[in-house]
Amino acid sequence: MSTRPPVDDWATDFDHLDPRWIENPYPIWEELREKCPVAHTERFRGVYFPSRYEDVRAVAYDTENFSSRRIIVRETPPPRIPAPPITSDPPEHRPAKNLLLPAFTPDAIKRYEQHTREICGKLVAGFADKSGCDAAVDYAQEIPVRVIAVMLGLPEEEGDRFRTWIHDILELGITRPDVLMKAIGETTKYFQAEIEKRRSAPRDDLISRLMEAKIDGAPITEDHLLGAMRLILIAGIDTTWSAIGSCFWHLAQHPQDRQRLVADPALIPTAVEEFLRAYAPVTMAREVIKDTTIGGCPMKPGQMVLLSFPAANRDPAVFKDADHVMIDRKENRHAAFGLGIHRCIGSNLARMEITVALQEWLKRIPEFHLDPAAKVTWSEGTVRGPRKLPVLFN
Amino acid sequence: MTKVKVDPEKCQGHARCAALAPELFVLDELGNAREAGDGTVPEALIEKAYLAKANCPELAIDVIEEKA
Repeated sequence: MSTRPPVDDWATDFDHLDPRWIENPYPIWEELREKCPVAHTERFRGVYFPSRYEDVRAVAYDTENFSSRRIIVRETPPPRIPAPPITSDPPEHRPAKNLLLPAFTPDAIKRYEQHTREICGKLVAGFADKSGCDAAVDYAQEIPVRVIAVMLGLPEEEGDRFRTWIHDILELGITRPDVLMKAIGETTKYFQAEIEKRRSAPRDDLISRLMEAKIDGAPITEDHLLGAMRLILIAGIDTTWSAIGSCFWHLAQHPQDRQRLVADPALIPTAVEEFLRAYAPVTMAREVIKDTTIGGCPMKPGQMVLLSFPAANRDPAVFKDADHVMIDRKENRHAAFGLGIHRCIGSNLARMEITVALQEWLKRIPEFHLDPAAKVTWSEGTVRGPRKLPVLFN
Repeated sequence: MTKVKVDPEKCQGHARCAALAPELFVLDELGNAREAGDGTVPEALIEKAYLAKANCPELAIDVIEEKA
């Protein structure tokens, strides 16, 4: 972590890389919601932070005044790195998204459920007989990377390589453009080689299918293909791993919730929605492209907006007892997967993985708690989730 | 009579409705939802229809109570 000037006033000088924000952002957001619903900082060349649901929603829906060409707030804006459709605006967005959607419907995702169950079962079997494990390192981080590898048609054993790229692009790359560009260059080279392998011998995987994809009758460009592959790899891994980790962080500290899910596994899907609401991992960003006003706050072109779905999900104006995790919450219109045209393509995949990860663990390990001698650590930046989560089985 | 209606302009394919009330909603090949058949909700499923509506992040679902 870099050493950064301390924050005195979150409303006018917030820093989402501040250790307090990384550790526990919710009280900060609550204070902002009441005092200054759209905060601003001069850091990162100017960023706004709407903390109310309605303002987050307004930005997400407004593709006239806000562009997705930059979706991560970085110290130094890098050259454009397209990853369609997440970095696309209308009218290019729709066809780019439609290319990917059929592979991610609930029915299409069912194909991977059994495999996910086997992955989780094997991981649990690896530590169930010990006194404890690191639920983030030994479990959560190992699940999505393998499922995404299978979907794309890449070796499951490449987990470490993929996770290093993601860490470099999403975390270290916020303040270090050299690290970012090196990782982008490596992913390009890696995917070019994978494309090459499939030119003569197409396989039954997503990469081969995307290679044949067409928009308006024309094959997609190599840049588009590489961008989409990079997106699927990056967006599909530490997001879900973070969500899974947060579920276990919660359950390790709330025995009543844990016992309830063990006794009534049918409640798990409802609980997953509540964990997604309360611990939504992903904060996106937009670039302001025209003078506009959100929540009474004028916004200037060229500045960025942090689009905090996690903060929106804690807004008491929309969610009753917003800071209280109720695993049987019935009305849950949360925005963990975004709102509007950029709804997360992988939402059905993520839900399946989180649900299966909970089911398989709770079957074997119904009792566990945080290791009092160890420290939980959290990721920083775009995706929030536990990176170290030592738990003891009791 | 009660009917459900999905606004296709608003639906973004979160698929919550199809998960919560599979009898009332179907998904197309892109994963976007529409009401099953003509959207008529049998008496026994009215609660599910409202549950789906309450869980749609895009506010794309209407439950319409028509007078017979």
